[in-house]
Amino acid sequence: MSIRNIVAVTFFAVVALFLIFGALMTHPFGEFDEDNTPEMDQYIIDNTQSETGADNGVTAVVFDYRGFDTLGEATVLFTAVAGVIILFRRLKK
Amino acid sequence: MSGMSRIVKTMASVTFPLTMIYGLYIIAHGHLTPGGGFQGGAVVASSCALILVAYGSVWTMGKIKEKSLSVFESLGAIGFIGLAFFGLIFGANYFFNNFLVHPKGLDIIFNGAAKGLSNINTAGVIPLMNFAVGLKVIAGLFAIVLAMAYATTKLKEGE
Repeated sequence: MSIRNIVAVTFFAVVALFLIFGALMTHPFGEFDEDNTPEMDQYIIDNTQSETGADNGVTAVVFDYRGFDTLGEATVLFTAVAGVIILFRRLKK
Repeated sequence: MSGMSRIVKTMASVTFPLTMIYGLYIIAHGHLTPGGGFQGGAVVASSCALILVAYGSVWTMGKIKEKSLSVFESLGAIGFIGLAFFGLIFGANYFFNNFLVHPKGLDIIFNGAAKGLSNINTAGVIPLMNFAVGLKVIAGLFAIVLAMAYATTKLKEGE
């Protein structure tokens, strides 16, 4: 067994254990755990419609509460498009 | 005659408007149903990529240049960040402020969801931002695919 395989198997075991324990530590489905739920969740569920007027809470979070995050995503897309067009411009006559 | 066979072209022509309408619906109803600018833009860009695959990149490049797609993408970005900056002027005066549903703004028209309505004109700037981001994603993704496909075709021809 080469050293590369040993490293790969060790890495796989660590990641698998991490994922298994992470899956075991999640909340039970459908049950509301008041002690371990962040206050922000309940705040957004309660106040999204009255504060933003949007029915879709996810869009309200993405475009209103966390607008800076969406700005970053748009910047990433812009950078990707600019890079691809700059890279392939040379091939055009 | 570039592109694929006549069967593929016909089926792409039939499927293209349906896919595009579905993607535009996802963009327009982003504040009411699951989806939004990014997801709907990806659907519309996929329908444009279908046309690109069926008709070939040279034909598509004759219809729309990737330079104009870049212009549309920048327009979407400017619209998005401009709406964010308008929040500094109107309403509660902070960046990314939803100034249209602010009580000092046009709250009567745009804040229907607080009264239990699910109309298209609820949510203030969120649908406008969805349109801007949708335009940006459509133009951006299609520009990437178009530039790559055209460059590959030119490379195959040996420049």
